[in-house]
Amino acid sequence: MSAALQFRNLTLGYDRQPAVHHLDGAVETGALVAVVGPNGAGKSTLFKGIVGVLKPLAGRIERGDLKAQNIAYLPQAAEIDRTFPINVYDMVAMGLWRRTGSFGGIDRAARASIEKAIAAVGLTGFEDRGISTLSGGQMQRMLFARLLLQDARVIVLDEPFNAVDAKTSADLFDLVRRWHGERRTVLTALHDLDFVRANFPETLLLAREPVAWGRTASVLTPENLLTARRMCEAFDHEAALCADEKAPALPQSGEVARAGHSVGEHGVATRD
Amino acid sequence: MLNDIFIAPFTEFEFMRRALAGALALALGAGPIGVFLMLRRMSLVGDAMAHAILPGAAVGFLLSGLNLFAMTAGGLIAGFVVAVLTGLVARTTELKEDAALATFYLLSLAVGVTIISLKGTNIDLLHVLFGNVLALDDQTLLLIAANATITLIVLALIYRPLVIECVDPGFMRTVSSAGGPAHLAFLVLVVVNLVSGFHALGTLLAVGIMMLPAAIGRFWARDTTLMILIATASGAVASYVGLLVSFHFGVASGPAIILIAGVLYLSSLLFGRVGGLVRQAFPGRHLEA
Repeated sequence: MSAALQFRNLTLGYDRQPAVHHLDGAVETGALVAVVGPNGAGKSTLFKGIVGVLKPLAGRIERGDLKAQNIAYLPQAAEIDRTFPINVYDMVAMGLWRRTGSFGGIDRAARASIEKAIAAVGLTGFEDRGISTLSGGQMQRMLFARLLLQDARVIVLDEPFNAVDAKTSADLFDLVRRWHGERRTVLTALHDLDFVRANFPETLLLAREPVAWGRTASVLTPENLLTARRMCEAFDHEAALCADEKAPALPQSGEVARAGHSVGEHGVATRD
Repeated sequence: MLNDIFIAPFTEFEFMRRALAGALALALGAGPIGVFLMLRRMSLVGDAMAHAILPGAAVGFLLSGLNLFAMTAGGLIAGFVVAVLTGLVARTTELKEDAALATFYLLSLAVGVTIISLKGTNIDLLHVLFGNVLALDDQTLLLIAANATITLIVLALIYRPLVIECVDPGFMRTVSSAGGPAHLAFLVLVVVNLVSGFHALGTLLAVGIMMLPAAIGRFWARDTTLMILIATASGAVASYVGLLVSFHFGVASGPAIILIAGVLYLSSLLFGRVGGLVRQAFPGRHLEA
């Protein structure tokens, strides 16, 4: 097993305030990882770091031979202009960007794969519908079809089952399971802990600081969840500069690589 | 009879033929640009940029009179300076893009009018503000045609990233870095089209041939391609009918073109298939669920 993603003393945040603090560890290739934690725990921030939209304040993410195009990302609040006059078919076809780029044509094989993706999410018959006419669940199905076409080795899903009904989330989770079966690496932010316990082998519990990371059953213990809840959500604007040594060690990761992280680069998150 | 009204003005008078060729070329480039401005909610950016190019054109005019290349170069430079300054201020200070643009284009406009009033007469000012589509010389005609050609080619090149950047910028960022350059190229096209438009319609009305057709397209089409086609076609129709009206009734040609576009727009607003007011008022009985 090789690591698809390796976090090395990773600190991510905004305006020097860390939202993910000193994260170490590896995501194995083909892993299906749930990322859980209270609101403001840094789940979305971590994902933005993984796809490279947000640059680390300190530490780094090693992506091995993964290129940006090999990582597909479904943000929690997609910045989609729903009033834009574009139909479902064209929207899904965007997933082929890696193959087509700006000019590449869409040939018969590509058309077949677009139709297959639309069928896989149960949107057959919606091809010509404008995206402004879709319900929330249909929108999410459409975005999953686009993810299917992206054919990425790492797939990052930020709260993908929010505000969709049980049928839709079950259908969409089938696709996640299929990706897992194809040895793609999938990270998913979720807040339904029972769902995580039932479906995800591995969990990262995040509360700005990583609380625990490993087999789901050993991570989602009452003590860990309590610890996570206690970590305050709001940024502390009086935060002292982060002193390196206080950074917690992670259960899973034996590696500690603190080099390159100097005191004074960012504030420290308080936990009271 | 019909010939007298619809065709003879163009067969008999060369200046009318030139005006028609220039206006049609203008509509060809301005149509798609206007549609993208509208879809990006930047409709008024075109207006502001049109004001911003005035001082450049005025400096060109001051240096070399009504010289095509001096005024064009001046307009382009002024447009790009305002665009770049706006981008800088928006990115480095608390001012947002719209406020930054407003400040610079107003300053630019004031500088432009001052320069013209220092040297020129009121007639010159009118020419710059409202253009003169009936007095297009060979050079100007070539400039407008070349501009329309370049616009369509560049748009074809950046079409896909531009559309994706409009509808889902977050997705565009994760799959490619082409979104930023595509947006920049598009802004350049906006400035270039405005500069080309001001020779025919003046700085104030050049925006009209961009935005009115785009708004018309929005009332008839649900997809981008059809919207662009309708916008371009209605720009062309407005140019043709506007010139006829100007010819037969002796009104100024630039405003006549825009007014005809305005008539088309108001009819679309009322009777448009997509969200027109009449449609909204009388939607008909609803369908089976």
